[in-house]
Amino acid sequence: MRTQEGQSAAETRLKALMLAALAGDATAYRALLSDLSAHLRAYYARRLAERADAEDLVQETLIAIHTRRASYDPAQPFTAWLHAIARYKLIDHYRRAKLRRTLPLDEAGALFGQSEHEAADAARDLAKLLDTLPQTRRALIRHVRIEGLSTEETAARTGLSPSAVKVGVHRGLKALSALVKGRPP
Amino acid sequence: MKTEALIDRLGETLRPVPRGAAARILLLGLSAGAAASFVLMVCWLGIRPDLTAAVATFPYWMKFAYTLALACLAFWTLQRLARPGVRAGTQAALEILPPAAIGVLAVLQWNAAPAALHTHLLMGASHTVCPWRIVALALPIFAGLLWSMRRLAPTRPMLAGAAAGLLAGAAGAWIYAFHCDESAAVFVAVWYSFGIALTGLLGAVAGRWLLRW
Repeated sequence: MRTQEGQSAAETRLKALMLAALAGDATAYRALLSDLSAHLRAYYARRLAERADAEDLVQETLIAIHTRRASYDPAQPFTAWLHAIARYKLIDHYRRAKLRRTLPLDEAGALFGQSEHEAADAARDLAKLLDTLPQTRRALIRHVRIEGLSTEETAARTGLSPSAVKVGVHRGLKALSALVKGRPP
Repeated sequence: MKTEALIDRLGETLRPVPRGAAARILLLGLSAGAAASFVLMVCWLGIRPDLTAAVATFPYWMKFAYTLALACLAFWTLQRLARPGVRAGTQAALEILPPAAIGVLAVLQWNAAPAALHTHLLMGASHTVCPWRIVALALPIFAGLLWSMRRLAPTRPMLAGAAAGLLAGAAGAWIYAFHCDESAAVFVAVWYSFGIALTGLLGAVAGRWLLRW
């Protein structure tokens, strides 16, 4: 529901900006492009391993939006237009990178469900959840799963044995997933 | 370059886009290509000498209507495929109607004719050249449409190429009909359609490579 509402609000706002931009309003156009770059950055970042690739694709997509803006039909939803372009650029990137992978079907909502603000929300939620764990376990999850340290590095830092680190992380994750599942959706 | 700097630069080069710009770009490519194709037909093949008499007959308008109706439907499909996020399935499916109609006419004609005439109905006097000439006359139109489509944003390049090929083929066949004096529905249903389908196929292959962006 949240995604749908977010999308229709985005549709109204972005379409108004796009129509102004097509009429030649450069201020509306800049506002539109910076708004889109945040959405696109989140969209590509979640689908690409390299941060730099995502930023390149954001720029390439902005240029495509600019040079092909005549292809937007004001009778159609703006978000569908944008999503089709973003997806096309993503597929094109995979092809150029010679990565053969299938792209799951996603809807235009995928671009608007999660912008960078929502990624920040998610980080905050995660921190809250972690706070409910005992301190040692919390530190272990932070080291291994968030900072990306190896089991050995974490063992050296915390003074625990490597197998104790593994068990601690495993139990901590189990407790976290129980917490998440126990909550009302 | 930083993304913010890019946005500023794009903002500086912003020009207003008039309403209907996409359709205008497509019509420009189509009409330039069709004009070139018509000139090619007149210089290479020539308009049929009995044109004034032929316009009073059913076969003339049958060919005219078949190719023009298919061209219109293909144009409708193409202008949707040129726009990201717009579905074109219905339009593409409707393209089957003109070939179906000419197919029905062909079957009726075939069944009504004595068996001795069947070979003539099917082969006419020009079946060896007809489809290839249609492809040749379609090429300038296809080039014009490629020019247009490269300015728009087809997110399915192969499909868009096929639609552009079909449109070029149908428009090329429409132009060819000013030269061709075949009058059998069977002939038109088979050889015209073959030439048009071939152009559509070529368009799909070409589109896959030339319509990327």
